[in-house]
This record gives sequence, C-alpha cells and structure tokens, in this order.
Amino acid sequence: MKTNFQLKKVDFIFNNENDWEEVLSKNLNRSRQDIINELISSELKGRGGAGFPTGLKWKLSADANDETKYVICNADEGEPGTFKDREILSKVPFKVLTAMAICAYVIGAKEGYIYLRGEYFFLQPEINNAINEFEYYCKEINFDFSIKIFMGSGAYICGEETALFESMEGKRGEPRNKPPYPSSYGYMGKPTVINNVETMAHAYTICNYGAKRFYDLGVQYSRGSKLYSVSGDTPKPGIYELELGMSLSDFVDEFGDGDTKAVQVGGASGFLVPRKKFNETTIGYQGKLTGISLPTGGSMMLFNSSRSMYNVLDNYLVFFHEESCGQCTPCRVGCQQLLKGIKSVKNGQKNAQYLDKLLQLAETMQFTAKCGLGQSVANSFSSIVENFREEMIY
Amino acid sequence: MESKIKIKINGETVEVEKGTSMLEAAKQVGVIIPTLCYHKDLCVAGNCRVCVIEVVGQKRLSPACATPCEDGFEILTNSLKVRNSRKYILELLLSEHNADCTRCYKNGNCELQRLASEYKIMEQDFIRLVPFKNYTIDKFSPSIIKDDSKCIRCQRCVRTCAELQGVNALAVAFKGDQMKITTFFEKALNDVICTNCGQCINHCPTGALVERNYIEEVWDAIADKTKHVVVQTAPAVRVGLGEELGFEPGTRLTGKMVSALKHLGFDAVMDTDFTADLTIMEEGTELLTRLKKVLVDHDPNVRLPMATSCSPGWIKFIEHLYPEHLDILSSCKSPQQMFGALVKTYYAQARKINPDKIISVSIMPCTAKKFEANRPEMHDSGYRDVDYVLTTRELAIMIKQAGIDFNRLEDMHFDRLMGESTGAGVIFGSTGGVMEAALRTVYEIVTGREVPFEKLNIIPVRGTEGIREVSVKIENPLKEWAFLDGIELNCAVAHGLVNAKKVMNSIISGQTNYHFVEFMACPGGCLGGGGQPIPTSPEIRQKRAEAIYAEDAGMPLRKSHLNPEIIKIYKDFLGEPLSEKSHHLLHTKYVKRGM
Repeated sequence: MKTNFQLKKVDFIFNNENDWEEVLSKNLNRSRQDIINELISSELKGRGGAGFPTGLKWKLSADANDETKYVICNADEGEPGTFKDREILSKVPFKVLTAMAICAYVIGAKEGYIYLRGEYFFLQPEINNAINEFEYYCKEINFDFSIKIFMGSGAYICGEETALFESMEGKRGEPRNKPPYPSSYGYMGKPTVINNVETMAHAYTICNYGAKRFYDLGVQYSRGSKLYSVSGDTPKPGIYELELGMSLSDFVDEFGDGDTKAVQVGGASGFLVPRKKFNETTIGYQGKLTGISLPTGGSMMLFNSSRSMYNVLDNYLVFFHEESCGQCTPCRVGCQQLLKGIKSVKNGQKNAQYLDKLLQLAETMQFTAKCGLGQSVANSFSSIVENFREEMIY
Repeated sequence: MESKIKIKINGETVEVEKGTSMLEAAKQVGVIIPTLCYHKDLCVAGNCRVCVIEVVGQKRLSPACATPCEDGFEILTNSLKVRNSRKYILELLLSEHNADCTRCYKNGNCELQRLASEYKIMEQDFIRLVPFKNYTIDKFSPSIIKDDSKCIRCQRCVRTCAELQGVNALAVAFKGDQMKITTFFEKALNDVICTNCGQCINHCPTGALVERNYIEEVWDAIADKTKHVVVQTAPAVRVGLGEELGFEPGTRLTGKMVSALKHLGFDAVMDTDFTADLTIMEEGTELLTRLKKVLVDHDPNVRLPMATSCSPGWIKFIEHLYPEHLDILSSCKSPQQMFGALVKTYYAQARKINPDKIISVSIMPCTAKKFEANRPEMHDSGYRDVDYVLTTRELAIMIKQAGIDFNRLEDMHFDRLMGESTGAGVIFGSTGGVMEAALRTVYEIVTGREVPFEKLNIIPVRGTEGIREVSVKIENPLKEWAFLDGIELNCAVAHGLVNAKKVMNSIISGQTNYHFVEFMACPGGCLGGGGQPIPTSPEIRQKRAEAIYAEDAGMPLRKSHLNPEIIKIYKDFLGEPLSEKSHHLLHTKYVKRGM
C-alpha cells in the first residue's frame, strides 16, 4: 500500500501565518465540545512518544468534576537524541501558550505550568517574556489564565508525567501507581491535562486550520505530521517536520550517508532497526501496514558501519542504570543486570547463552516495571541484541 | 455510592466492593499473593513488583496491591507469565541483596528469605551486585543498626517514619543503581533527628534494620558469679512474647515469662509495673501540684497541659521538634529508669548488696529504651541505672538459646520488694493506659471516691483512634482540693508521633485547652513498640491490647495507690511523692536538642 510513500516535508509548526491572538480569541468563542470534537476527529496523538489520543485526554479532564484543574506542558525533553521541543519553545512559544490556554478553556483550568528541562535554563527569560505578553493579552480579553515555568532539575524520569507531578509538588520524582490517571488525579491530586510541547503546537494548528488539514496528512492510525530530531551519521542533522507514515527506507534515502547500518527510532527507549528491515518499517503509532510500525518521540539516530552496536547498547544501558528512579525492582536491578550482563558476555565471563536470559529479563521488565522507563528498556535492548547478536559476543 | 462488581480470580467468580485492590479480592477467595513492599499499616507503594498478577487481555502485569478491581476483570495469580516474572523479580532482589542468611540477625524471620524459599530460587545466574556497591553499616546508634547491604528498597521504613511517626529520619536518596534509603546528609542515625522508636525495624521485611542487641552482654553478666543480675519486665512484653514462641497474638504469659527469666539465671525477676504504679503516684501528685500552681497561685512559670514522659521515643521527639516546650513535660522518669535508680539504692540496701555488684537489665517492647538507658543523666543511683535493655525479641532469642520448653513452664510470681503491681501498672502498656491509671488515682485523691466509670474502666481513653479526648468533671472534692470543684479536667491521648505532632501543634496554637495529655511514640502504645515481635499489624496490636486489658481486669488491685509495695517504699524509703529523695531518684531534666 504505502511502500512507495514519498517523504513529505511539512511546515505547520514553525510557520507564522496567523496571529496567535486571533487564534485564541476565535477558539474562546467556540463551544468546548466543539473544540474537543475537532481534536478527536483530527486523530492527533501525543507527540511525546506514548501516542495517547489528545482529544480524548482533554475530554477526560473536561468531564472530571472538580473546581481546580491544571494544564501542564511537558518540556522536560530528556530522551537522548531529541531536541525538537527546545526549538518550538524558542521559535514559536506563543503557539504553545495559546494551545495551553485553549486547553484550559476546554477543561476549566485557571493555571498552567511549563515543566522546563533543567538544562534549558537559558530558555527561561525568553519564555517568561512571552508569558508576560501572553498573560497581558488574556487579561485584555478577560480570560482568567496564568502560566508559570517550573524548572526541572535534570532527572530523566521527571519527564514521566506522574513523576513530573511529584517533582512539581516538591517531592522526589518517582512515578506513581496508575490508575488513577492524570485526567482525574494529576498535579496536586487534581484533574490535569499534561501534553508534550509538540502536541500543544499541533493542537494549535488544529484549532487554527481545523482538523481536516491535519488529518489529511499521514496514514491510518497515524495522522498529521511530526517533528524529527535527526542525528548521528548523517550529512544533515537537524529538526525536520515530516508527514507520519513514512517508511524508514525513504527516510534513510533522504538523511543517510550511504552507509547506514541501523537507525535508532525513538531515542534510547526506542527501537533499533537494522538495514534489512528498513523497507518494512514505517514510522507511526499503530497498525500493521506493511510491517513494523514504530511510535516515536521523534528521535532518529543513524548509525553507519563504523559504529559498534555493542557500544551503542552499552551507552544506553549506562544511561538507564543511572536514570532509573530506583523505585521498582525490575527497573532498578534489571538495568544493572543488563549492563553488567552484556559486559560479562563481551569479556567472556558469561557464555553467549546468557544473552537469552537477559532477553527474558528485558521482557520481564517490560511486563512488570512500574512506569514507561523500565518498560521500554527492553525496546532498545531486545532490538539491538536480537539484530546484532554477534556484535554482542565478539 | 458504593457498588459491587464481579470479577474472576483464577476462574472463580467473586463479588467485591468497587475499588477493592486485587490483593484484597484474592484474599477473599483464599488466594494469597506474595508481597514485600506492602504493609497494612502503610500507604500502598507498589514498588517491589513481587505481587504482580495477570489481567486476561492485558499485555503487562499489574501489581495486585496497587490495582483496583474493575468490573469483569479476569485475574490470574499463578499463570506461567506471572510465575516466571515473580521468579525473575525475586532473583533480581536477591542479586542486589547481601544474602548471607546464616550470619543475619533476621535469619528465620525475613520475608525475602521466606519467598526465596517458597519459590525455590536455587540457580542464581544473575551477577551478584553486592561486591560492586559501597554498602555501609551504621552501628552508631545505641538502638538501631542499619545495614544497607540487606536493604531491598521497599521503602516500608521510609513510609513508616513519615506516615506513622512524622519524623522522616529515613528517606530515599540518589537514583538508579545508587538509589538508597538513608538519612539527612547520610549521617549516622545517632546524629540525625531519629527518636529510636524502632518502628522502622518492626516494618522492615529483611535484616536491613534491626535492634542493637545486648544478648551476649547479658549472658556474660549472668555467667559472672560476682554479679547480682536483676531483671525488670515492661507491661507490654508479657502480651507480646508469646508470638515469638509459637503462641497466638494476645496470649497472656506473665507467669511463664517470670519462670523463664528465672531459668535463664537472673538473680531477681521483678516488674516494671511496680514503677509504673510509682510513676502514677509521682506524676499524679505532680499534676495536682501543677493544677494548683496554675489555677490558684497563677504561677507564671508553670504551664498546662502536663504531658506524660514515659515514652522515650516521644521524649526525644519533643526535645528535637519542640525544644521551647519542654516545660510541659512531667519531670518523672519513665518506669524503666525509676526502676533502675531504685534497684541500685532501695533494693541494694534492702537486700544488703553492694550496688557495684548489681547488673540491672530491663526487658522492653522498645528500642528507644536502649537510648534512654544510655542517656548521661540516668546515673542518679551513683551508677548507670539500667545497664542493659533487651527487647521482647531479644528475650525470646535467649529463651530459645537456653533450650527452655516454654510450654512446660510453671507459672511463677515476680520477686518481692519491687515485683508487686496493680492493674493500673499493667495498662501502661497500651495507648491510653497511663491516662486511665492516672485518672483512677488522681480522681480518688481529689474526691475520695472512685473514678465515675463502670468497674474503673475508662473506656473513652481506650481504643485505636490516633487522638482521643476525655473530660472528667470534678464534683464535691475533698476540702484540700476545693479549688478543683466543678472543673472539667480535659485530657487527651495521642499515640504514633504523627498524632503527637498534631496534638502539640494544637496545644501551641491554643486550639485546645487540655490539662493533661498522654503521649506514646508507637502506634497502639508500648504494645506496638519497636521492640515487639515482628510482624505487626492493626489486628495483632488489637489482640495484644485485649490481653493487656484482660490482665488488668483480672488483677485483685487496680489502682496504683493501693499497691502494698508502693505504700511500703514511701514509708520505708521515699517518704512521700515529690519528696526530696523522689526528686533525686525518680525525676529528671530534658535536653533542648532542636534540629
């Protein structure tokens, strides 16, 4: 069906065709249900990587019965190889602020927060200027909504939404048990919509142009466009907005250096795709188009034949064994075992069959870890070990 | 609106309340799901993942403790996937754990060991992580030993310290492989705000937190023929000890316990209940003196309420957190320390033993008592008043080591002189007990009549509510106490330091107008103390409380001032309550510790 899908560059996010003031005013005059319906019909899914339908998320919080609600923009962009949210916040901050305000209107919130990655402290003054201007306008049009920046402190886990709430509440950033979900019990125990920066930007697009222009892009289950952070062995690293549903081979044709051995889709918590599977892999959220379809927060790391996949995996595992919050057993101990395990196989202390035990362990982590971090370690681990087993051993 | 939902557990349909956890639901159909981080006293954490179960149709497993049942769920608690995952998780925990079981103090009473045994974790393929870690053992506290190499990071101690005690001495620090449970700036427990209450020990599933034991020291003392070794036993020990020796919770074993102590070789076995009665005499008189100073003399240096001072965990708590309010504390030493001071004076004189030769041992349900005995001011006899403090658990260990068949022991009585007690002394072991004992005596001193509750049972101060209040109206007092006529004596009881904090804050802010408040550090009072048998739970503590009150009800004397040995000690030795001698031996001062 889509094997000949052409790589299509899109320019929604960074264009500045319309005044945000106009978009905001226009949407504040619509009915809440109308906006929710628009989002639902656009089939926008969360761009942080998990892909939860955004319209449904807003609807659940809108339906929650509480005086106090919150809108939070997750700008704790911590996934290795991802750098798109920084760009959005520095180039088009008003789109994000506007979408937050529209969301606040829809669900009935009066306060919004941007949880900004600790390392992005340099963005703070500019965003604050934007917030001041934005709040001034909100006052002018009598819309009661304020936004504050909450600075993260550098822990990867705080990008996980419930750990993020804990962190904002002044506690140790550890994921909570789910259920309850943020839509009923989020920040301060109140119904909360938490969306990734890019999701907010797309919500702005949809509220501006309507669902159709967005929906017309992409493929079934994966509508619209997506920002990609392209890095690694590529002649043109950078940020690109591309239509969803592209095949990985098209992507590599465009961005590869002619010697691409594998692509890591979705950062350290994503999947490694070897060259032989480029054709059958598409980038999207769900569905079985022609092979594997991979969701992604937008990190695309290309590796050429000079790269050792063992080193790549070792690097990821060092990252995970440090960045696990340490709360749950499978993730805390599992990450240590995976890291020490591949080292032992490499240096011959354990035999190659030990890799199978580690693969089982990774699967157990996927089934039993408390949050997305521990659950997704298996993604990169298994895809690298299964596809490059010989590199793990020799 | 509460509603019932239907779920299936291992094929069996069960109806449960909406919101019931899968763990509870499984229990209802007789399926036991293993747990480690779960504890009935604490909020749900869901972090050990040992209790994972399979919901049919879901790819990922769910923690049974943290997942509420939803209508129509089909749950499998023993599917292949569940079993394999559980085994892996146990293997992971063991790989990070210093599983040197035979050299562990908790050997035989360790939840991780029990699960490892149940699941027969024989092959341990995973790499042992212990050698890679910089584990430390904190041995500086006289009460608690913390061994990080045994810790499984279930955070039960952290939740205990925060939720039950409001102390937060233990917290989680660092992340990933470095994540650990530690103190403020990783200082020794002895150097941080820790009350030594030992609740963390009671809630620890492994040997990471244990009491500092003095078993060998006590054996040495017993073996030393030049020493006269005297032992006292706290009220809560007799209703807890049985749990360590195979009896049901709440079994009363006073007579057998005395017998066992004699078999162990102690030269005299006496009762802390005696000094509990003595505490009532001193503290009751102190209360009346304070009431007079405030209500009649309007003495600006005296303040109400008066707070009890028998719980050493509570004392250290108020010294740290409310150093400006130490004047509310009764100056009475705890019964343990009164006993210690008297053993090396009154008892030594009466028995004509050189106090130099006396070793004074106490058996306590408490780890904070170890710290208390170690306080530098506790030397009023001219010697260290209490030499060694053992917990209920340590006593059980000694009984087992001595090969005593506890079941076959004859009941015996405490030795004379400081071995007689009343029901009022016994109930010191329960929250509300000190208050009840004090009211029984104080009311009678003031009015000449018994306290106006049926059979002396002051039911409003009993129970498990964290904070309880009772007001007793004083009518027609004796002439000497005419100033109390018509006064409502407002009393309160708090147990668990988190509740103590609430009461203290209400006192300081002036929201409450108490005359007398009983504070006990541990949930349930001493019967739920940090030195009591493990495990603990609300049900177990309830059983122990029932036993304490049954013991009281069965005593011929139930009012402290009627204890013949109390009458005798005042006649022969102390003179009267608050006499100079009493002040010297039975009262103490407190330390402003602050933060």
